[in-house]
Amino acid sequence: MLRKRIIPCLDVRDGRVVKGTNFTDLRELASPVDLAKHYSSCGADELVFYDITASAEGRRLFTDILRETSRNVFIPLTVGGGINTVEDFDRVLKCGADKVSVNSGAIRDPALVGEAARLYGSQCVVLSVDIKRVDGVFRVYAKGGRENTGMEAIGWIRRCVDAGAGEVVVNSIDTDGVKQGFDLEMLRAVCDAVQVPVIASGGAGGISDFIELFRAIPGVDAGLAASIFHFEEVRIADLKAEMHRNGIPVRL
Amino acid sequence: MIAIVDYGVGNLYSLECSFAAIGAEVCVTADPAEIRAAERIILPGVGAFEDAAAKLRASGLDRVLLAEAAAGKPLLGICLGMQLLFEKSYEFGEHEGLGLLPGVIRPIADVVPKDAKIPHMGWNSLEFPGEKHPLFRYINEGDCVYFVHSYYAADCAAVTLAVTDYGAPLTAAAGRGNVLGCQFHPEKSGDVGLAILRAFCEMKAGDLC
Repeated sequence: MLRKRIIPCLDVRDGRVVKGTNFTDLRELASPVDLAKHYSSCGADELVFYDITASAEGRRLFTDILRETSRNVFIPLTVGGGINTVEDFDRVLKCGADKVSVNSGAIRDPALVGEAARLYGSQCVVLSVDIKRVDGVFRVYAKGGRENTGMEAIGWIRRCVDAGAGEVVVNSIDTDGVKQGFDLEMLRAVCDAVQVPVIASGGAGGISDFIELFRAIPGVDAGLAASIFHFEEVRIADLKAEMHRNGIPVRL
Repeated sequence: MIAIVDYGVGNLYSLECSFAAIGAEVCVTADPAEIRAAERIILPGVGAFEDAAAKLRASGLDRVLLAEAAAGKPLLGICLGMQLLFEKSYEFGEHEGLGLLPGVIRPIADVVPKDAKIPHMGWNSLEFPGEKHPLFRYINEGDCVYFVHSYYAADCAAVTLAVTDYGAPLTAAAGRGNVLGCQFHPEKSGDVGLAILRAFCEMKAGDLC
């Protein structure tokens, strides 16, 4: 039986890990390579690195960090941020990424998901979607959650999965940073719509939120979080032990 | 020296790093002379079977691999590299493999429950149907490894070394003599994966009967 995955997310800017609330107010943290090693040794099942750098210099630094991480960490690595072309896929895959996460890049160029899936396989293409309720409708947001695209989210996800996205990360802007639990309603809607793995993101405040997530929605494959792991509010080893005690299949 | 065969499919950087991490000397190469000179061979692979098999043949490396395997050199296929060791694949048609192991490659969808997501992607545990193979000497039954695949090796009970349960048993590792393969990615399977690679690097003639 496949194990439910726990995935720490590292936002990297200018070579450092950062984490904010509601996509703003970034606060600097540790070295990404050290943090990745730490999480891997604590039982993280996968890591996500988001490049939130704008400059070319920052991008070079980011690919150096990826290479260094691959030399030290031997669990799957998903890379996102600034992925706009198949050349961007190539750039991070060469540095040891296993999967590449597209968000705004797919919104700008809807053909990107299909092209990347043909070149690298669906298993390599992760669709990341920032979703917010607007008048009761799930809407896709772009540019790190700052811009309403007006697109209806479930339809957008379906379209991308049909085009070849092999996994979907659902980031609920409504619950992100609030620490009151994952957005179960939103996640259920996505799980009902697609047959590929779904990763829940946004809202985890404690261990019980993960237990509730996996119990409530069997279709969710993984839970992703950042600050609660970075600030050690939740230790991954404790989380996985508690999942195991609750009968949730987990890699110990 | 371990030769990772570079025949133009996938990025081999992680694999190279994983051998470096266990202190093994490794080279990524498409040079037949280097492959012949190596003590052990890794056949990696991601993507589609037909394309990979075609690239292997176009480069002439298929003949090098067959000759080295026949000479008794330890060969480990990983993921699609394992599937290429078998006789043929039914992935989008019917395509010849290297025929080093008896069995065929079929879609996972043929055997797993309808609601199972394809590809089989994530961490799943290993079960050993027979005696534990030396490849797994440093790990335990039930340990988890990382899988990403939509096809699996079927009709290969005689050479199955490990299976994993995805609503149906799927071949996780296979081998006969010096020819071995694992469907999962040891280079992405944490300490368990590195322990499997270490066991492969340490295999001696007596382990490969």
